[in-house]
Amino acid sequence: MKILVPVKRVIDYNVKVRVKSDNSDVDLANVKMAMNPFCEIAVEQAVRLKEAGIASEVIVVSMGDKSCQEQIRTALALGADRGIQVETETAPDSLSAAKLLKALVQEEQPQLVIMGKQSIDTDNNQTGQMLAALLDYPQGTFVSEMSVENDKVQITREIDGGLQTLELDLPAIVTVDLRLNDPRYASLPNIMKAKRKPLAVKTPADLGVELNNKVTLVAVNPPAERQAGVKVASVSELVDKLKNEAKVL
Amino acid sequence: MTILVIAEHDNVALKSATLNTLAAAQQIGGDIELLVAGYNCQAVADAAAAIPAVTKVLLADNAAYEHELAENMSKLIVALVSGHSHILAPATTNGKNYLPRVAALLDVNQLSDVTAVESADTFQRPIYAGNAIATVKTDDVVKLLTIRGTAFDAVVAEGGSAAIEAVSEVCDNSNVRFVKEELAKSDRPELTTASVVVAGGRGMGNTENFDMLYGLADKMGAAVGASRAAVDAGFVPNDLQVGQTGKVVAPDLYIAVGISGAIQHLAGMKDSKVIVAINKDEEAPIFSVADYGLVADLFEALPELSAQI
Repeated sequence: MKILVPVKRVIDYNVKVRVKSDNSDVDLANVKMAMNPFCEIAVEQAVRLKEAGIASEVIVVSMGDKSCQEQIRTALALGADRGIQVETETAPDSLSAAKLLKALVQEEQPQLVIMGKQSIDTDNNQTGQMLAALLDYPQGTFVSEMSVENDKVQITREIDGGLQTLELDLPAIVTVDLRLNDPRYASLPNIMKAKRKPLAVKTPADLGVELNNKVTLVAVNPPAERQAGVKVASVSELVDKLKNEAKVL
Repeated sequence: MTILVIAEHDNVALKSATLNTLAAAQQIGGDIELLVAGYNCQAVADAAAAIPAVTKVLLADNAAYEHELAENMSKLIVALVSGHSHILAPATTNGKNYLPRVAALLDVNQLSDVTAVESADTFQRPIYAGNAIATVKTDDVVKLLTIRGTAFDAVVAEGGSAAIEAVSEVCDNSNVRFVKEELAKSDRPELTTASVVVAGGRGMGNTENFDMLYGLADKMGAAVGASRAAVDAGFVPNDLQVGQTGKVVAPDLYIAVGISGAIQHLAGMKDSKVIVAINKDEEAPIFSVADYGLVADLFEALPELSAQI
């Protein structure tokens, strides 16, 4: 079976985000970009399913301008077989992304779409669920364990009170959480090999999708700064301050 | 204008995240209908009807909704959407699971983790792990929001008497089946609503050492939390994780023990009223947000703290 893995190009996990001085957005000029960490886990899971002989092909897709091909190549170096870039000016909103993915799912007919539960830029946590709804597929979100057997996938989800296990009929959408696996690093030979793997470019028009977003970004502000307080010298001083100064004990 | 709020519950009791979500709905303004979808959940509906902010309770009591599977919940909510300007759900793992599905079925976008209401169509929400706050305006015909509970003070839970209306709509998808749930059982307060949280990090070293933290928490009537590092290391279960991808908390007092203060963790607790950090590394970033910092070996400081409280 085929597995489709959408990946997103986002600001590198370790970079401190700064808001532009005109408060129009965050400043991404000359900032290091990388694959969204949750997407890396999704790629790793798909590659493992291929290595286990369960998947026959892993297709990775990213949306945005040409620069997102870098993240597609990274996924190819990690073991995905081919890539698709959907050419858009900027990364599309969740609903548009879901519509583009739906069109790709209908073209490629994967049995599984494995993707990150959220991207660390917009923190929306929506696209997988939206895609599942548009296709009327079952969904397993925030997944920390999964096993594929015949035409079913059993997934364990990290929920507020603990863990929940569901069984989904394939085809299905799975969104991954942090503890599903530890992604590998790409080896140099694999990075070289990835350069020769196929990468197709499509436009939203090719996929018959019109992008239309009714949500506008009005302003972006830095969060209220929290000032560092004082250092206390001992536990007794701490307890005294909590009782008499902060009055929380 | 009528707002539909989706209740968070476990078929037995209404969860407090519902009260925070209702507070956000009140700020938007208008009549508020509260949907209780579950199985054998009349008690939840009764509790919902007692909330003065609620105009009407919609009760969908059917086995199909027992585990609040997103496939079934989303179709139910879509069937009820007519006449509503907004649909609000708590930004819990439940709300995050079903509400985007509702959005896609209605062909609208969703605003996740809303932390402030500016007007009926303009809201604030954190982006980049809380390192920036976006103000967003939505022109969608129906506005879908998940609400971050810690950003809104709970509405009063008692004194009202709203009508309860049964919903007969049954949406039961056959392509998904519930297998099991392993829920942590604890007498301690719930992490997201506790007034005191004691949290441990990688510095705790192992599972056994966390007992010291549980001991302190029980003495203070506190909930126990953990950093991602402690969860990843297997010291504690995942539902204790505080941070951008775990739970967001804002207690009156947050005591971080052996937590260095990675940005992901700070995003989950920096709105706490008073923050205490105990760490032997005086350069640890956690000290930059702590009101009271104690540079000490936690294995000495924790027993001492337990003894003095």
